[in-house]
Parts: sequence; structure tokens; C-alpha cells
Amino acid sequence: MRISFQSVYTAFNALRRNLMRTFLTMLGIVIGIAAVITMMEIGNGAAKQIAEKISNMGSNILMVFPYAIEKAGVSTGAGTGVTLTSEDCEAIIRECPSVRSATPVVRGTDIQIVYGNKNWSPQRVESGSEMYFDVNEWTVSDGEPFSARDVAVSACVCVIGKTVADELFGDESPVGSQVRLNNVIFTVCGVLSPKGANLMGMDQNDNIVIPWTTMRNRLSRSGGTASTSSVSTEYSRGDVYSLSEVELYPARDASQTENYLMPIRFNNINAISASAVSADAIESATSEIAELLRLRHRIKSGAEDDFEIRDMSELLSTLTSTTELMTGLLLVVALISLVVGGVGIMNIMLVSVTERTREIGLRMAVGARSSDILVQFLVESLILCLLGGIFGILCGRAASEIISSVNGWPVSPSFFAVVLSALVSASIGIVFGFYPAWRASRLNPIDALHYE
Amino acid sequence: MNVIELKNITKTYHLGGGEEVPVLRGVTCSVERGKVVALMGASGSGKSTLMNILGFLDDPSGGEYFLDGQDVTHLTSSERADIRGSRIGFVFQNFNLLPRTSALHNVMMPLEYRRSACDRKAAKLYACELLERLGLGDRMNHHPSQLSGGQQQRVAIARALVNRPSILFADEPTGNLDSVTTVEILEMFRRLNREDGITIVLVTHDEEVCGYADRTIHIRDGLVMDGGFSESKGVQ
Ligand SMILES: Nc1ncnc2c1ncn2[C@@H]1O[C@H](COP(=O)(O)OP(=O)(O)OP(=O)(O)O)[C@@H](O)[C@H]1O
Ligand SMILES: [Mg+2]
Repeated sequence: MRISFQSVYTAFNALRRNLMRTFLTMLGIVIGIAAVITMMEIGNGAAKQIAEKISNMGSNILMVFPYAIEKAGVSTGAGTGVTLTSEDCEAIIRECPSVRSATPVVRGTDIQIVYGNKNWSPQRVESGSEMYFDVNEWTVSDGEPFSARDVAVSACVCVIGKTVADELFGDESPVGSQVRLNNVIFTVCGVLSPKGANLMGMDQNDNIVIPWTTMRNRLSRSGGTASTSSVSTEYSRGDVYSLSEVELYPARDASQTENYLMPIRFNNINAISASAVSADAIESATSEIAELLRLRHRIKSGAEDDFEIRDMSELLSTLTSTTELMTGLLLVVALISLVVGGVGIMNIMLVSVTERTREIGLRMAVGARSSDILVQFLVESLILCLLGGIFGILCGRAASEIISSVNGWPVSPSFFAVVLSALVSASIGIVFGFYPAWRASRLNPIDALHYE
Repeated sequence: MNVIELKNITKTYHLGGGEEVPVLRGVTCSVERGKVVALMGASGSGKSTLMNILGFLDDPSGGEYFLDGQDVTHLTSSERADIRGSRIGFVFQNFNLLPRTSALHNVMMPLEYRRSACDRKAAKLYACELLERLGLGDRMNHHPSQLSGGQQQRVAIARALVNRPSILFADEPTGNLDSVTTVEILEMFRRLNREDGITIVLVTHDEEVCGYADRTIHIRDGLVMDGGFSESKGVQ
């Protein structure tokens, strides 16, 4: 078989002669391809975005919590115990080879940050040592992170997120400015480099980071369970220390605040945040930390841990499998639309079989060989599939662009979708465009002419 | 010199269930070059069957077929297609034009399958010329649905002639036409025969049509009647 200019010309004429059939067949192909491409691009986009957020989240971070205290069988939540100390954290850094860095974490209260006549309540108030930035793989874009010395002296310095900086300072550089956090004067020493929204869609840049010692000694509304007591308390912190909400003395001025130190009885902290040297090292880091802490806390073998180590691998695998499920689901929907499109193509091509069989008989009667007929119909189907395929790809791309701009969904072009849909609809188009031709070309011209 | 020679041609249709329908039971006849030959017989006598075999649209079950002295009984389907395309033309009772296609394009359709190198422009000119000759000069861009029956048949005749065949087969070409148009078409055949020397074989029911033929072959029950050919010209 040889595809000549003549057969292309003949095929084009035949397609032009029955515009409606051509249009309907092509519509089937276009819809099939466009649907697959749009679905898969949306699925891919979502998967990609989740993967990005996961890596953004710092997937090799481990959190060590004191074991949750159970009161009458009701867990009060991780971190309510008081068994972790900053020495534990230092030991982890020193003795666990799979841990790259670690920082103590002390829980903060809601705070309001005031600069000049503007104020702002950041979503998250975080604390840590100078290693906070390494653990969370977060850099400071403007100014400096706080130092080990700042941590040692509970210095009133803070690093603020981009959103906070924008809200309070606008175009000014915040570095070196004085702000008040719940009436304590802090110096802004740096601004965190911006990060995208996290998985829950929360703005990660709306935060403020201060040394954990400062958090415990100067800011924590109550001083926290961590700083003042090693005995588990029956009461929630707010109940016991609600006195601090009542101002008994005139507000302290800046220098008083600077000089005032809460007595440190225990170096208890709420949690330790550690990062493994790599995502693969999470497991070994977990066992190293567990071993070390059991030793330090003198837990007899067989007894339960008084701490709990959590990592994100479970969350990650849940997220990944959810995304995979969603992509798979979209793919199934896309394949169904491809099948529907394919059935459309098949129907329209088979329905025209009678007319086409007579036409084939006629063409053979005036001198067409079987091979001429086959080539002509093959070319016809190819043209249909090619044009339909191109339109389908364009429509699919356009549709996913529109969806992404209207809904704000991320889409990501998928080469696989293009290949898959083009292959499937092209083979359907060719098989069913070719089938009547193949059948008719084996008949005697007269039988094809008399076909009913 | 006989262009066509048939020896003992038989045709049996095999129906489902092993039933056999013998339609031609041994047709022996010949057609001389440059003649107009009419094929007559009762309905169901096998005229169309014979024409289809003559026109390479169908295979005989047995017998021998010589075209221009060449044995063409056993040819491959491609060789038969080439003969259909280059040496013979066929006109059908029901025209068989491509719908939604202009008269000119219908006439040019067989050119798409021409094996020999073909100058499209010259071929198009020839197709126009044929349509002019058949009186359709002003209908070239009309679709079949916009033409009368007679006009459609003339388009079909032009299509059969566009590859300059030496033989034209026509199976009841005027069967669907009224008597005035029938006369027009028959005159056309005579003129083509006279001017271009084309051999014409046509099937008819109409005694009048025989008047235009040089010779009439009578068929009855799948056999050529005794004294198969009568020189109709003289007889009339
Ligand atoms: N495909 C077929 N299968 C079985 N029998 C057939 C087939 N085609 C024709 N016949 C039979 O062959 C016989 C001759 O048919 P044919 O069409 O040649 O007749 P005809 O002489 O052309 O008649 P008419 O003048 O009515 O056109 C008929 O009896 C018909 O039933
Ligand atoms: Mg007949």
C-alpha cells in the first residue's frame, strides 16, 4: 500500500462530501482526547502541588513529645507531660548520628505584635534555639537569625515572617526595629524568606520565631507547665496562672523587662523538634533518639516510654496515597469519557457503512483496486484522527487552563495523557473507519453496490 | 474481429442452506468491435447477471471469457480492477452517482484510480468536454440531487467514458427514464458509437431500443436463444 497525494486528495473530498459525519466523528475524538487531557492535567497538578507542599513542610522532621498524660483514660494530648528537658535536646544533637540538628520547643500563647500604631496577631508563635532555622530548613532573607548567645540569655529578639513584616512595616526594612509582643519590647533581628501556603492552605509566612528561653521566661503567659513544675498538674495552665491576667503591679518598662528573669527551676520544654540527616534516615534517627532518651530517663527495659516520637511519614504516605487515589479516579473518569467518545466514533462510522459500502462498490466498479480503497479509508481515518487529535489536545489544554484560572486549581501538562488519549482515539477511529472499507473491499464490486 | 467472446459461461448462485440457483447455464456468444449490441430477455432471465460478468463486476462460475482475444477468465482482482478502469465503462440503471458531489467531480472520480500517468488538467478538460457533448455544459457544478433522471444518467455515461474505454456496458440505462429521455440517451449512444467507435452492449426490455442496435441477443432461462443473433437493422 502506498499513500499518494491522490489518495489524500480523494480522502479529503470524501470527508468534505459528508461534513456532518466528519464533524460528528471528529467531535467524538475531540471530546475523548480533551476529557482525558483535562482530567489528567488536573490530577497531575494536584499531585504535584501536594508533593511540593510535602517537601516544603520539611519531610524529615521528627517531633519528640513527653508522653501524653492520661487522666481517667482521657488523653490530654501530646506535650502535656513534663519529662523532656533541653539537656535531652543537647544529648540528641551530640549522640544521635542520624540527627542533623534539633531544637527545644516551648509552646507560646496568642500574642499581639505592635509596631508604632499598627498591630497584628500572627497565626503562629514559634520558639526554638538557633538551630530552629536549620531544623525547619528555613532561611532568613533579611537581617540575621538569632544566635546561640541570644538563646542563652533569653534575649528579646525575634525573627518575623514575611506576612508579618509586610503587615507591620510595609516597604520599610523591619530589621533593628523595636516591636512590642504582649507589652514586652523585642528587637526584630531578621525576616524569614517566604514559603508557600502549606497543605491546609495556611499561610506559612504569618509567623514569628523567638528563642525558646525567651518564650519560657518572658512571654509565656503562665510560664507554662514546662518551666515551673515537674509534677503533672490537674489543672490546665490557664486556671492556675490566671492571676497574670490581673495586673497587680504597674506595667514594667523596657529595661525592667530586660533585667527581669524568671527563676529557672527545671529546663523542661514542651517538645523537641529534630531533623534527620535525610528523609531515609528518619527511621534510624527515631530509634537512636528513643534509645538515648530511655537511657537518660532511666526507663527499665519492658517499661513504657515516657515520651513519644512522631514523624510525618504516616501523614506523607496518607497524603501520597490520597493523591494517587484521586489521580487514579480522574484517570478512570477520563478513560470512561474516552470510551464514550470511542463508542461515538464507532457508531457514526458503522452507521455510514451502507452508504459507504455502495460507494466502495462504485469506486471498485470504475477501476479502484482493493488496496486503493483500503488506502483511501485509512487516510480518511488518519486525517480525522489527526485533526480531531490536534483539536482535542488544544481543547483539553484550553479547558484545563480555564479551570485552573477560574478555580485556581493547579494543572500540570501531562505528556502521558496526550499520548494515551491520542493513541486510544486514533486506534478507535482507524479501526472503525477502516473496518467497513476492509469488509467491502473483499466483496465483488456488484455485491458491494447491492449492499443493503 | 470479436472484442468479446464468451464460451459456455455459467453462473450459479449459492444460497444459504445449500440451495443452488443456476442463472446462466452456458452462454456462448460474441460481440464484434464497433457494434451496438442489445441484450433482450424476460425479467429474471439472467441479463444483468451476464452484464455484470461481462463488465468484470462479478465472476462467472464456469466457462471462458476472451476480451480482445486475451483470456480474462482467471485474473487477479487487481487485474480485473485495472480492466474496469481502463478498457471498459459501465452504466447502471440506477445511475450510482456520488451524492453531494458535483457532476464534474462525479465524472472525474474514476481518474483517481488511473494507473497510467495522468495529467490532471487535461483530464479535467476532457471531463468538461464530455459533459458538454452530453449537453450538460451548464450543469457541471450541480449535485445529483439537483439534476433530472436523464441528466443524472448522462453524467453517469460521461463518467463511464472519462477513461476512454473501448467498450461501454449499459444495464437498462433507460429503465428509469421516460420515453423522450430514453430516445435522447439512445441517440447519444449511437453518436458515441459512430464518432468514437466505441463498442456498446446494452440491456433492454424495450423493443424500440433494439431499433438503435446493430444486433440483438435474446436470452431465455440463462441460455442464448437459438440463432442468438438477429440483424435487427435489416429485420425491422
Ligand atoms: N445475488 C443473487 N443471489 C441469488 N440469486 C440471484 C442473485 N442475483 C440474481 N439472482 C437470480 O438470478 C436470476 C437472474 O437475475 P438477473 O438480475 O440477471 O435478471 P434480469 O434478466 O436482469 O432481470 P430484470 O430484467 O428484471 O432485470 C433471478 O432469478 C434472480 O433471482
Ligand atoms: Mg436486470
